[in-house]
Amino acid sequence: MRQSPASPATFDRAAQPAWSARLGALLRRSWSLVTLNRKVMLGSGIVGFFILVAIFGPLFVTQDPLKYTYDLVAPPSPAHLLGTNQGGQDVFSQLVVGTRSSLGWSFVAGLIVMAISVTIGLVSGYFGGFIDDVFSVITNVFLVIPSLPLAIVAVQYFNRSTFTVALVVALTNWPWGARVLRAQTLSMRSREFITAAKASGERTWRIIFFEIFPNQISIVAASFITTTIQVLLAVAGLEFLGFGDQATISWGIMLNSAYTGSALFQGAWWWFAPPGICIALLGSGLALLNFGIDEIADPRLRLKARRAPRGKAATA
Amino acid sequence: MRHLIRRLSIYVLAIWAAVTLNFFLPRLAPGNPAEAVFTRLSQQGPVSPNTLHALEIEFGVNTTDPLWVQYLKYLNNLLHGNLGVSTFYFPNSVSAVIAQNIRWTLVLLSVSVLLSFTLGSLIGVFMAWKRGSALDSILSSLMTFFYSILFPWLALLAAYFLGYVLGWFPFADGYNTRLTPGWSPDFILSAAYHAILPALTIIVSTVAGWMLTMRNSMITTLSEDYVLMARAKGLSTARVMFAYAARNAILPSVTGFAIALSAVVGGQLLVETVFSYPGIGFALFQAIQSQDYALADGILLLVIIATVVLNFIADLLYAVLDPRVRQERSA
Repeated sequence: MRQSPASPATFDRAAQPAWSARLGALLRRSWSLVTLNRKVMLGSGIVGFFILVAIFGPLFVTQDPLKYTYDLVAPPSPAHLLGTNQGGQDVFSQLVVGTRSSLGWSFVAGLIVMAISVTIGLVSGYFGGFIDDVFSVITNVFLVIPSLPLAIVAVQYFNRSTFTVALVVALTNWPWGARVLRAQTLSMRSREFITAAKASGERTWRIIFFEIFPNQISIVAASFITTTIQVLLAVAGLEFLGFGDQATISWGIMLNSAYTGSALFQGAWWWFAPPGICIALLGSGLALLNFGIDEIADPRLRLKARRAPRGKAATA
Repeated sequence: MRHLIRRLSIYVLAIWAAVTLNFFLPRLAPGNPAEAVFTRLSQQGPVSPNTLHALEIEFGVNTTDPLWVQYLKYLNNLLHGNLGVSTFYFPNSVSAVIAQNIRWTLVLLSVSVLLSFTLGSLIGVFMAWKRGSALDSILSSLMTFFYSILFPWLALLAAYFLGYVLGWFPFADGYNTRLTPGWSPDFILSAAYHAILPALTIIVSTVAGWMLTMRNSMITTLSEDYVLMARAKGLSTARVMFAYAARNAILPSVTGFAIALSAVVGGQLLVETVFSYPGIGFALFQAIQSQDYALADGILLLVIIATVVLNFIADLLYAVLDPRVRQERSA
């Protein structure tokens, strides 16, 4: 029987090399994926930087980010790299510590979305028929429900926590990925390697998650990243307006204190600008990763400026 | 036609789901609005227990009927346009408050979405046409940054620089509050002037999405054979660009309209709040701040219904643009 080139997992298991060699191969493969494309390289650089800050940053912060001092709204200085806010709290250490909450919740919600959309999309695409009809209706209904207003109202009824917002955003953002995955699964269902797997007696869930799923990694990754951006923006937006948990430190809460303390109108740009720039930078990094994945998946989007004679001919 | 009926039934179902969600959300949460207001009142001083009963009647909180009776009563009220009484704008009903605010939101939303969609798609077409050029790379990287900018952050920056420092545009309220609202030219001009900054914020932060979608879709379309054929026939550049390539390349943008729209609606709610713009976003903010549950629920319901209707319009538009949908050859 012909081994499907798209399922290397089964191949690896048959050969059983040492785990260190497998890890090395994995690292080499990841590295070649990262350096394959300029956008992916830049994007993973930016996102990687913020992940490192989120994990290790708080260990290097020497000033307590919540400590009140008498340096009120002080401009940046060696003592306070990004100045202080209305309560004399150090903006830089808040920025570093806040990275963890902002990034962490976005990833958690992205994972929830990924789990739901993969399950619904693959199951409904693979089985078709009645199950597909039911799931399609559910997907299409959820597709049109706007997440931010729902999150605002949910925060009102349940507790004002980042968890509530992230959960609502996750629960309203899975349908897009599910729809794309369903269409892909539908077209993959009748391919030869699936027939082969069925013939060799593989269990249904194994076919779905070990044969079909690995072929859709690029779509899954794209929807994970898109959700991460959306949660990042939604949570920060709601916290900005004061719908957050004031006892925590995150970029959105920092923006809220700058907004209510009218930082800009006092000329305190160092208090207002950094969290917003960090959000936009992290978002751009994630978006670049996404565009890079698009380019890898669709070769027509890969541009080589020198090798585009058509564009030249048209402008001539 | 069958395609549209199928879509329409999905949307009816979506509205039903929204209504049901709106019914269950307050009931799933601990406590009820009457209790919340009662607690708030009793913190200010002694309140008689009868007040709780009065509040329950006023908010339509009903703990005696079984759940399904409550649900039917709620549906009946909705069908009669009865969404309850707003406590923040007391004694106005929720529907009256929404009716008054919705106009501001609708005008602002439609103008900014139309402008941003047109502008973004047009620039996307040109970027794809000149793909790989310096202009394309610079615009692409700039747009990637704007793609993930925070709506209210940008709103506040605009309010500060264009409104406060330069003094070009007003940055609070929807009109000059010294004028009486009406259809006088003065008032309309003042309303348009006040709408510039909120609209600009929404356009700048959403244009990137349309642009990048259009650019990618256009690049894919430009490599199709029929585009090459159109060129070979010696058709004018503009005709190839718009009548052949762009017409087909716009389809993913129209499909993505649904997703983008719910993001824009959410973003607009935040932008309205920053500019104290008298739309339903600002009303929702005030409702939540003052624990006006009936108003918040009513606005949520309305926003969901509006998104559903706009999606249906996008579907109709799709049928006009793509003959395959009209002739039912596509799924």
